[in-house]
Amino acid sequence: MNILLATIRRDLLMHFRRPADVLNPLVFFLIVISLFPLGIGPSPDLLATIAAGVIWVAALLATLLSIDVMFRGDYEDGTLEQIALGRHPILLVVFGKVIAQWLVSGLLMTVMSPVFGMMFFLSPDGVMAIAIALLLGTPTMTLLGSIGAGLTLGLRKGGVLIAILVLPLYIPVLILGTAMVDSAVAGTGYAGHVLWLGAMLMVSIGFAPLATQASIRISLSQ
Amino acid sequence: MALRVDGANGAGKSTLLRILAGLYEDFDGEVEWQVEDYPLYVGHRAGVKDLMTARENLSWAASLYDSDVTRDGVDRALDTVALRGYEDVACGAMSEGQRKRVNLARLFLLWNPVWILDEPLSAIDRSGVASLEQRIGQHLADDGLLILTSHQPIEFPGMQTLVIGSS
Repeated sequence: MNILLATIRRDLLMHFRRPADVLNPLVFFLIVISLFPLGIGPSPDLLATIAAGVIWVAALLATLLSIDVMFRGDYEDGTLEQIALGRHPILLVVFGKVIAQWLVSGLLMTVMSPVFGMMFFLSPDGVMAIAIALLLGTPTMTLLGSIGAGLTLGLRKGGVLIAILVLPLYIPVLILGTAMVDSAVAGTGYAGHVLWLGAMLMVSIGFAPLATQASIRISLSQ
Repeated sequence: MALRVDGANGAGKSTLLRILAGLYEDFDGEVEWQVEDYPLYVGHRAGVKDLMTARENLSWAASLYDSDVTRDGVDRALDTVALRGYEDVACGAMSEGQRKRVNLARLFLLWNPVWILDEPLSAIDRSGVASLEQRIGQHLADDGLLILTSHQPIEFPGMQTLVIGSS
């Protein structure tokens, strides 16, 4: 348990000392979303229809950007070797790193999302739904992404490969997340979607760190 | 007991050490240790974060081992590797040798019966080598196990040499 907290503390410390790695994906998220009303035009009906899809896809791509560097620094300076040889299973450290990463990416995107919802003329129910959906969906995406980040460590240009490996895994989260907003806007209730997203999060918490642990071992073996 | 692995560049010294440490798994054969934990491994990479200070780096390394390490203990270990006054300096601002010393400070701080040291003396100055030799001698006297590679001459009583890659 100590190692989990120590890892979260260490990674947050480094995020704050080098904010660029954290801010770049967030600015990317912000710009991608802002481009759509500029390109499509300010029609409220149209914007409200595409709001959920646009915000979700932007969140998905921004998450992908942020996880690319998740283990790379630790791999290159050799601290990952020490983590692998420590007395604790790697997955505890992985889980701590995922939490720290999510706090500075997914959580911040969730906090920003209501503003974008309003910018896209979403109804108040829809704004609420997108925030809840992102709150449950972004940690799942960070967890799944960590598997790809671990696997592509040994490669010089891992970014594209991560996208190819991980984006298909994001499809269920994307479908449920956008469908949840649509149901909220239609006023049909979205408890089912919340439960499904929660279930996927729980499964990811259970299995993704294990898979990431294995993928890091493979990468260190090169 | 000490074992020195010798061989030409590219003979596979580092790979053998990584296999023994449990980092490299893509090999035929088996490695069996009679101790539960992984060995303490010092490799080519510095193993310190540039953004963290020497003290933060060493405390983090200790938390990976769960040893009850106090701030005083960390500072004392840094003092032993001649980094007094550098506790709060970010490792990114340090020289290669100093970074290596931060990594080697783990040997003075953590307890582990098996040490695997890959070129521990590279980039270390003469006084650093002396204190490291002293620490290794103490480790061996405590019935510790040591496997190392070194291009610099280093000698311990009872040390055996394994030459690999020679025909």
